[in-house]
Amino acid sequence: MAVISSDERTRHLSPSDDAHVVDLEERALARRQRLDKLGTWLLPLIMIALGLIIWDVIVKVNEIPHYILPGPGRVWATLTADWRLMLDALSITLAITGMALLAAVIGGAGLAILFKLLRVIEMSLYPYAVILQVTPIVAIAPLIFIYVEERLIGLLICAWLVAFFPVLSNTTLGLNSVDHNLRDLFKIYRASRWQRLIHLELPSALPYFLGGLRIAGGLALIGAVVAEYVAGTGGIGSGLAFTILEAGYRLNIPRMFAALILIAATGIVIYALSSFVSWLLLHKWHESAVKREQ
Amino acid sequence: MPNIPSAVGPILSLRNVGKVFGGTVTALDDMSLDVHDGDFVSLLGPSGCGKSTALRLIAGLMRPTAGRIVWSDTGRTSTGGQDLGVVFQEPTLMPWATVEDNIWLPMRLAKISKSAVRKEIDEILDVVGLSGFENAYPRELSGGMKMRVSIARAMVTHPKLILMDEPFAALDEITRFKLNNDLLEMKARIGCTVIFVTHSVFESVFLSNRVVVMAARPGRVVQELHIDEPYPRREEFRTSPEYAAHCRAASDALHAAIMNTSAEAA
Repeated sequence: MAVISSDERTRHLSPSDDAHVVDLEERALARRQRLDKLGTWLLPLIMIALGLIIWDVIVKVNEIPHYILPGPGRVWATLTADWRLMLDALSITLAITGMALLAAVIGGAGLAILFKLLRVIEMSLYPYAVILQVTPIVAIAPLIFIYVEERLIGLLICAWLVAFFPVLSNTTLGLNSVDHNLRDLFKIYRASRWQRLIHLELPSALPYFLGGLRIAGGLALIGAVVAEYVAGTGGIGSGLAFTILEAGYRLNIPRMFAALILIAATGIVIYALSSFVSWLLLHKWHESAVKREQ
Repeated sequence: MPNIPSAVGPILSLRNVGKVFGGTVTALDDMSLDVHDGDFVSLLGPSGCGKSTALRLIAGLMRPTAGRIVWSDTGRTSTGGQDLGVVFQEPTLMPWATVEDNIWLPMRLAKISKSAVRKEIDEILDVVGLSGFENAYPRELSGGMKMRVSIARAMVTHPKLILMDEPFAALDEITRFKLNNDLLEMKARIGCTVIFVTHSVFESVFLSNRVVVMAARPGRVVQELHIDEPYPRREEFRTSPEYAAHCRAASDALHAAIMNTSAEAA
């Protein structure tokens, strides 16, 4: 252990040396912030790695057969061995989710704007929006697949039904959250209805809309997966959910896990993407994206 | 001298203006007021005296229940667009827009491009002391600076009249004094007329050439004081005996108005 020299000790103990103490505190704070930053990335990775290891150990130690619980290595092997099939299924699920989300954004935000412009439409149509929202999609889906010939369209409708409501309700809330004084100011400056919408209401609603988008992204995926389960029939144009269903019938458990992992990964990517879009549009001005100094 | 009210007729007249809400609550009763070019008129009174209601009526955001509001040059009963500037108690800036885009707003809504008013925007930024902050976003500014942007937006069109509704009430005293001083300078440079709502005796006397004292329940004018002290008024004015005397007079009038109201209510 190093011996602290006497003059160093006096420097530490000197009461006039407040600046040095502040420095130490600042240094400790800086170190904590560095660790925090490192931790936000490192800890989740470590925990996931740990989970995989425990999973692997449990499977190996208990000698669980792969048709009951495959180890992570086996799932990965299945994923890479069946990658053609998996990629096809993934692209179908991705396409349905993406299109449904796009339709939800256009439909939800468009309807919200229409509601804002014409109260009569809001009062007339809002009950339908709520009915569609509160009725579970699995209950509606069988009917949709009876009436809609094209399977892909049916899947799209299901995913859209689940995803569009958060966009609609959040955007509506945003459009109604305009600063009252700003509204008065626009009136005084004789802004047209159109100008008020473009320059005041839409920018005010943007943070709310983006919040809705994040929820809708996850829901579009859920909608797509649930609809596929209900639709059932295989053949060309089968996504990840059908892959799980089919693998289940054949007791191909590793493939079920592989498909499951792809679905989870898709969800994470969608969430990350929508968070990034949100950051891109808001970081310059909105409080939610502001980093505090301390 | 832009600060001396002209001898010609008023630019704005309120004639026996009243406003009743919901058929029962009289927010403003029988208010008459002439505002001349270059005036700095303060409406001073307790809350509920109808001073903000008066401002909203003048701004054309509400219609009076009784009486008339006349803009003498046009004979119209309302104005707006480029002829009127408004400053609210909060800065009321668009958080998604930069300082210069916020100031551009009145012209933008009149479909004038930013490049066409570049000179005006730069000039008004200089007047309010915010040159160099063109591209800052409101959240990067202090409360006082946000209020300066708000004032710049109200002044940039060189309107006939600027309405200010307790603009400095939420600021700390030091910032408020500084902005009081600067506001008089800005007004002199732009050459506008101001109606200023406040509940601060000191603020109203320092800024105005006329203080209209109002009372509550029902909101009404009880007295008008003339502060016949020359502009420019600077920091020295705050410590002068004349200022003290005017403040006492305004304070007495305000107290009489408040006592009167509570006696009626009792």
